[in-house]
Amino acid sequence: MANLTLVQAINLALIQEMEKDDRVILLGEDVGNNGGVFRVTEGLQKRFGANRVVDTPLAESGIIGTSIGLAMAGLRPVPEIQFEGFLGPAYDQLCSHAARMRTRTRGAFTVPMTVRVPVGGGIHAPELHSDSPEAFYTHQPGLKVVMPSGPYDAKGLLISALRDPDPVIFFEPKRIYRAIREEVPEDEYTIPIGKARVVCEGTDLTVVSWGASVIQCMQAIEACGRSVELIDLRTIYPMDMETVEASVSKTGRCVIVHEAPRTCGVGSEVATQIMEKCFLHLEAPVQRVTGFDTIMPYYKLELEYLPDAARIQRGIEDCLAY
Amino acid sequence: MSMLSEPSTSRPFDVHGKPGERTSAPATTGRRDPVDPALCRQWLRDMLMIREFENRCMQQYQDKKIGGFCHIYIGQEAIAVGCTAAVRPNDPIVTAYRDHGHALARGMAARHCMAEMFGKIGGCAKGKGGSMHMFDREHHLYGGHGIVGAQIPLGVGLAFACKYMDEVIDGRPNSRVALAFLGDGALNQGAIHEAMNLAGLFDIPCVIICENNGYSMGTSIHRGTTMGHDIISKAIGYGIDGYVVDGMDVLSVYHDMSAIVEKCRRESRPAFVDMRCYRFKGHSMSDPRKYRTPEEENQYTSDDPIGRLKLHLEERGELPEAVLKEMQKEIRDEVREAIAWSEASPEPPMSELYHDVFVEPHGPFNGTSLPQMLQGKDLR
Repeated sequence: MANLTLVQAINLALIQEMEKDDRVILLGEDVGNNGGVFRVTEGLQKRFGANRVVDTPLAESGIIGTSIGLAMAGLRPVPEIQFEGFLGPAYDQLCSHAARMRTRTRGAFTVPMTVRVPVGGGIHAPELHSDSPEAFYTHQPGLKVVMPSGPYDAKGLLISALRDPDPVIFFEPKRIYRAIREEVPEDEYTIPIGKARVVCEGTDLTVVSWGASVIQCMQAIEACGRSVELIDLRTIYPMDMETVEASVSKTGRCVIVHEAPRTCGVGSEVATQIMEKCFLHLEAPVQRVTGFDTIMPYYKLELEYLPDAARIQRGIEDCLAY
Repeated sequence: MSMLSEPSTSRPFDVHGKPGERTSAPATTGRRDPVDPALCRQWLRDMLMIREFENRCMQQYQDKKIGGFCHIYIGQEAIAVGCTAAVRPNDPIVTAYRDHGHALARGMAARHCMAEMFGKIGGCAKGKGGSMHMFDREHHLYGGHGIVGAQIPLGVGLAFACKYMDEVIDGRPNSRVALAFLGDGALNQGAIHEAMNLAGLFDIPCVIICENNGYSMGTSIHRGTTMGHDIISKAIGYGIDGYVVDGMDVLSVYHDMSAIVEKCRRESRPAFVDMRCYRFKGHSMSDPRKYRTPEEENQYTSDDPIGRLKLHLEERGELPEAVLKEMQKEIRDEVREAIAWSEASPEPPMSELYHDVFVEPHGPFNGTSLPQMLQGKDLR
């Protein structure tokens, strides 16, 4: 057991899976020699060689397209895209190829690829370096979308992603890359994709969140002094609605928290499914505490944009008071 | 032969390599008219201004007054200054994220540039864009763009618009040329290849200038790019004439670019320039520069474009020491004033989140999540 940051937990997961399975290869801009833009792959090229930790040209579409080919041929590529905003140039390859390959070939070809992408705000970066685009990829059938909220989950979820037979977009909240530490077992373990975590149990209200916002939710729950259940979705697609349904059926109230803009964010889907599945249990309309329907602002307004503990607490109290 | 100003040779470190022989028509006869010393001194001032501005930016970044990322232009000043001098004020310019130099060379006030990085309301984009997003409509600067290579199709579109307005709407010969800057790392992005094909196909008067500093962040051109020693071959594949220019020498940049731009203007054709240079600092402020040696850096930094121009003027007795001293003092004062002004500039109010998302009658208060924003918060 070691006390690790998110960066170290991901690094460890990559090392362990690469040692175990020589089909796992990493590729991306400066991932080798430089250890990646956030130093997540530090030391891996030295350890596994330039054939397995490949410095690519600066070409996201090329990186993802090539990874799809590698995966179709039987390898397990792990491309890194430096910031979520740079998924844009690779969008075509992800949504036109990776997501559709299994269906299009009636199962003859699959794309076991894990795309690692730092995501979200909170590091004083401008737009395209602070966005939360998980809903875009959740909406595309054929992609799995994962976002851990801490080092322990990150390691277990990443190992599951690396072993998954289908394409996974693994969003790493860059705000908590080094901000928190957790006990992370040296031993191998997995956390299944598609399974949410009940962070803390409660009876009065359910908060559903994922990624770095989970930390703000915990602070808000502590501050409000009520019995609130917190669910970390961990995987956004496939979504574990069973856990959410069981919780909201019990509490009758729900607040959904995410960094991404509000309209058509993943919260819209969660709220709709709660309405469909828990309608008769609901004591109040489902509330959302989210980013705003505007471009992610530069750093002076960043903290106004991101849901903070105070804003989440207000959402919880409003929902409880309804 | 397309080589115009041959970059300094016989260096122990050569991050670019020897370009190939070409048969495309030369843009210049090789004859260079002397430049008015006053103009040379103006260029020196502009380059010193960018240098001082960037040095102070690094300090402000370290003092945490600049957020996000900051890409420093030091070492490449001759390119922004020389290229800007070679075009007309209304020729559109678009560039990538290392854009402070282009903004200043184009005429943006230092305070507006600095305030943008401070995230203050006085910035050129009201503090919403930051370091990578310098826009100046008045000076025909169309950004400052953060996605590598994605600005080149925009540059082709800007040039297309100029040609269309001149030739189709006004029925006269094309009069404007767009400059579209990219770094050598962007050569591998699909967007620039699509844009070059369009420019070649439609005879678009866009000069695509690759500020080839030899590194795509931490990856040297030879590790990341095929034909890295001869990148103009990529443009030639799209029917576009390519030229190699010494980007460390403002006189070369000015002379060569003037010839290239006027040829493009006259013929309404695109061109591609391998502008050879060296980035003296890291890719961004958080770059440990492990991928190159201090010896290599020293070789290039001792061949400073500002030093070269100073020497040129001094050798001709055109830069009295008092003039240089006064110039340096003015620049220091101007940048210091820009910082003070930026510090005093107000922070953007919350309501700015909703301004300029759509044209005002459709915004700013139709955003569906505005009521949530208002809860318990004043619109400052």
